[in-house]
Amino acid sequence: MSAPSKKTLAKPGVKNIVLVDGVRTPFLQSGTTYADLMPHDLARAALQGLLNRTGLPKDAVDYIVYGTVIQEVKTSNVAREAALGAGFSDKTPAHTVTMACISSNQAMTTAVGLIAAGQCDAVVAGGVEFMSDVPIRHSRKMRKTMLSLNKAKTLGARLSLLGSIRLAHLSPELPAVAEFSTAETMGHSADRLAAAFGVSRLEQDEFALRSHTLAKKAQDGGMLSDVISFKVPGRDIVSKDNGIRPATMEQLAKLKPAFIKPHGTVTAANSSFLTDGASAVLIMSEEKALAMGYKPKAYLRDFVYVSQDPKDQLLLGPTYATPKVLEKSGLTLNDIDVFEFHEAFAGQIMANLKAMESDWFAQTYMGRKTKVGAPPMEKFNTWGGSLSLGHPFAATGCRLVTTVAHRLQKEGGQYGLVAACAAGGQGHAMVIEAYPQ
Amino acid sequence: MASVRLLVTRSGCTALKAITARTHVSYEVKDNVAVVRINDPTSKVNTLGRHMQAELVEVINEIWGNSAVKSAVLISSKPGSFIAGADLNMFQACKTAEEVSYLLQAGQKMFEQIEKSPIPFVAAINGSCLGGGLEFAIACQYRIATKSKKTILGTPEVMLGLLPGAGGTQRLPKMVGLPAAFDMMLTGRNIKADKAKKMGLVHQLVEPLGPGLKSAEERTIEYLEEVAVDFAKGLTGKKVTVEKKKGLMQKVQDFVMGLPPVRKQIYKTVHNKVMKQSKGLYPAPLKIIECVQTGIEKGNAAGYLSESENFGKLAMTSVSRALIGLFYGQVACKKNHFGQPEREVKKLAVLGAGLMGAGIAQVTIDKGVATILKDTTEEGLARGQQQVYKGLNDKTKKKSLTTFERDRIMSLLSGQLDYRGFENADMVIEAVFEDLSIKHKVVKEVEAVIPPHCIFATNTSALPIKDIAAASKRPEKLIGMHYFSPVDKMQLLEIITTSKTSKDTTASAVAVGLKQGKVIIVVGDGPGFYTTRCLAPMLAEAVRALQEGVGPKKLDSLTTGFGFPVGAATLADEVGIDVAAHVAEDLGKAFGTRFGGGNVEVLKMMVQKGFKGRKSGKGCYVYGAKSKEKKVNSGAEDILKSFKLTAPPAVSADEDIQYRLVSRFVNEAVLCLQEGILPDPVQGDIGAVFGLGFPPCLGGPFRFVDSYGADKLVQKMKHFEEAYGNQFTPCQLLLDHAKDSSKRFHK
Repeated sequence: MSAPSKKTLAKPGVKNIVLVDGVRTPFLQSGTTYADLMPHDLARAALQGLLNRTGLPKDAVDYIVYGTVIQEVKTSNVAREAALGAGFSDKTPAHTVTMACISSNQAMTTAVGLIAAGQCDAVVAGGVEFMSDVPIRHSRKMRKTMLSLNKAKTLGARLSLLGSIRLAHLSPELPAVAEFSTAETMGHSADRLAAAFGVSRLEQDEFALRSHTLAKKAQDGGMLSDVISFKVPGRDIVSKDNGIRPATMEQLAKLKPAFIKPHGTVTAANSSFLTDGASAVLIMSEEKALAMGYKPKAYLRDFVYVSQDPKDQLLLGPTYATPKVLEKSGLTLNDIDVFEFHEAFAGQIMANLKAMESDWFAQTYMGRKTKVGAPPMEKFNTWGGSLSLGHPFAATGCRLVTTVAHRLQKEGGQYGLVAACAAGGQGHAMVIEAYPQ
Repeated sequence: MASVRLLVTRSGCTALKAITARTHVSYEVKDNVAVVRINDPTSKVNTLGRHMQAELVEVINEIWGNSAVKSAVLISSKPGSFIAGADLNMFQACKTAEEVSYLLQAGQKMFEQIEKSPIPFVAAINGSCLGGGLEFAIACQYRIATKSKKTILGTPEVMLGLLPGAGGTQRLPKMVGLPAAFDMMLTGRNIKADKAKKMGLVHQLVEPLGPGLKSAEERTIEYLEEVAVDFAKGLTGKKVTVEKKKGLMQKVQDFVMGLPPVRKQIYKTVHNKVMKQSKGLYPAPLKIIECVQTGIEKGNAAGYLSESENFGKLAMTSVSRALIGLFYGQVACKKNHFGQPEREVKKLAVLGAGLMGAGIAQVTIDKGVATILKDTTEEGLARGQQQVYKGLNDKTKKKSLTTFERDRIMSLLSGQLDYRGFENADMVIEAVFEDLSIKHKVVKEVEAVIPPHCIFATNTSALPIKDIAAASKRPEKLIGMHYFSPVDKMQLLEIITTSKTSKDTTASAVAVGLKQGKVIIVVGDGPGFYTTRCLAPMLAEAVRALQEGVGPKKLDSLTTGFGFPVGAATLADEVGIDVAAHVAEDLGKAFGTRFGGGNVEVLKMMVQKGFKGRKSGKGCYVYGAKSKEKKVNSGAEDILKSFKLTAPPAVSADEDIQYRLVSRFVNEAVLCLQEGILPDPVQGDIGAVFGLGFPPCLGGPFRFVDSYGADKLVQKMKHFEEAYGNQFTPCQLLLDHAKDSSKRFHK
């Protein structure tokens, strides 16, 4: 481990905030071993895992923030239910945030804000997504009838309401991974984005294969130390992600496009899959961490949120966020040792890389003088990414940050960069600095 | 293959053949696919003119001669236009029907060659694919279209009094079925890409792309080409099949259409429907039916011949000339002839949330301009806001707008009761009650709160603008903007300038109108300006006819029979009897007995009884009940009886009544030109047709004089003058034209 050669990003008058540690449950394809759980069960597992890993006294936590995207209506504040279930003090408040695929990034930066404002010293942040069960609703017509039924006073009124039910009332409303504003599904938008940037099917399949190959290597090499073992009630102990499947290019080439047919390029294999999983991190002020005898893993430094056109630039968040956060930190792309970008689709990553490499795009759409440049691949998602490890929407952010911290430690780098896109045409990036060893 | 090449017609290209470098059509071969790109460098849209056609024939011949080419893609390099149709000038330059037919036959042959091409052609469509452009596309073996909002397919020829003359009447019925083909060709409606796919008009859709390493437009065309090339290869390699699997409904329909008696019934039904709607005044729809029928019943050769011959005949009709004149006039009235205004109007305020005010607000926010809608009462404001919301929400029901877009547009509207925000307004349009003292009060109130650069526009249908401007401290910033109701449906905007209105104010008003999607005429000031002034004498004559015992129904059938889309009695109800009374009285005072005829007291009495037209449920007719048959209002009939006049038999035949109505309209229009209220006959025709429903088949009052003959019209008027007096005295300009038949309003 070489000593950091570059300057520290500490700013005068700004509190140093550190990542003490981070864990996650294994990320499983939805409908597999976690199928019978509820979202807060998974969140509970991640929280308990964090307590075990850090040995943190349960009452030392000032606040808990958790992210989730598809909400289980019974546990709409899933943070509180999970915290109580995980045995945290009932005196520790908890709230839930949502910002699509960057929900746990939002949870972490909320924690950073609470600490920076001097309101808290130790905050647990995390995210959970449970796609094995999603809220499927009665149709609006049916709901209206059922609600009126509650108010109907007489048998006659009730019967006449029941009599008004038609076949159309019975068709359920399924949730879709689609933009409310444009009604376009995300895969469809990703396919158009890939086409807009001229990303070929081959490039996408190659990137997907790279993700799976690197993830397999990292898994086999024991790099994914943030994964905790989880005894699933009624089932076996789960301790590994189950979506990592390196295939051959020929196998990938055989798949038909999943969204734009028949000429599209986004397939099931070069997209991230529906995943169940939860993650959690412990964030503290540096003083508090040191006072409690912790050896922090990294500093959480500057971060930005960006947003853009939800139709044609839905998934370009990283392109917009990266130069902005680098500027804030006074860094250039070359200063960054470790890149962890959320891989929603191989086509989305390739499109972002091309956009970041384009002066024309930077000038025309971002109001910048020059391009920021694309990250070198040898520093980019080298332990796999969302395509292979899985993508439980609200849990991915913590995985990215923890992975950066671990990779900085392993590889001896000093600065890491996390970037992610999110539904709604939003994005996020954060600069992370290794904690001196 | 050689024989195929020789067959291709080379008519019209003798002068351009060979040597000269091609300017409109180019091609390159990619992977054995010839990509033919069309781009008319002289225009924003591609049209099939002699030059384009000649180059296309050349290129296609070269492609057929190149054995390395296995398939071809036809695409436009122009964003927003595949091929918008045939070049109209080409037909207008022809002297005889035969000449036109000959041109058509050349086009028919070219498309027939493509249809029978030994290699498949893929039409890659982005933007307008209309008329001859669509006929070209449907001659190709495969069609791919972008789902862009700009992509529209259609056969609008009927709207120009023509028919799809390059194989359209022959191929469309086979492609989309008889009923859909008739619907397309007889209405001329635009079809969006996804509908076209459902109809079987295109095989494949391509999503428009956002920006990438190039602009969205440029990249979308490139992508369309890439996809089309892939499909072209697929067609050659038999991986893509042209035939669509037919569903059960389709099979049933095909079977039914295969039965001659069924087809006969369809021709008859369609024919009757056309006769009912067009009153036999428009020859094109009937010819379309004839061409389709000939092709199906007697075979292709007869069909093509019927198509080219009928097209030639139609091109020589006055109806087609009138409709084409309107088309060009409309294009001319969609330009700002007053230059770029100094400041763009970014914030507009509308006073009065009534029918007009809310309508103006709706068409303004619809184009992204922030708009204040101010009223004096909460009820009035709520009604206006609901009108705007409903107008937009109806679009979401028709799927031309998403609910999200609707919400974004609505967010630009600020409904309020006070003058908050007027200090930032760039233009104020007042649409308050038509009363000079109220208008004066409003001018003063508004001028106290608006910034110096802000333009004050008044939406009035009859009050002279200079009278309103009398209350203004800054008359150079004051202008009239006369909208027509319902504002979101009526295309016309009449802009009225006073002698004091500055040019920049006019430029700005025109710019706003154009943004609102309006067809604009700019006229001089005076009582009733142009449109209201023409309408008033006709309505006065209508009232006289009613007093003379012509019932509202008879009056309506006489006017619609002449080509007015709305009958005179119904029109009065739509405009509002109170408005009509108001206008008749005001203009009667201003112009004297020339505007006489019917007794204004008839209208006043009707208003007194609450018969204000459709809005009050009763006018000439009774409204409200959902029955199809409109009932004449017996109360109105009683009033008419009490004002009964004796009809002079010499001028009371049906045709006389029609010409009494029309000649007063036309004479007043010509007088407006004579007096300089109207700058030119084109704007006069556009204003009359788009604002007042003057028969489109006549092309407007001025074109009507040209085609009917000023001398004949003057003769008729003199005959009426004998019976009724000065209401029928022809104006000097009309007399001049009557004396000298070489004088024409249109070339």
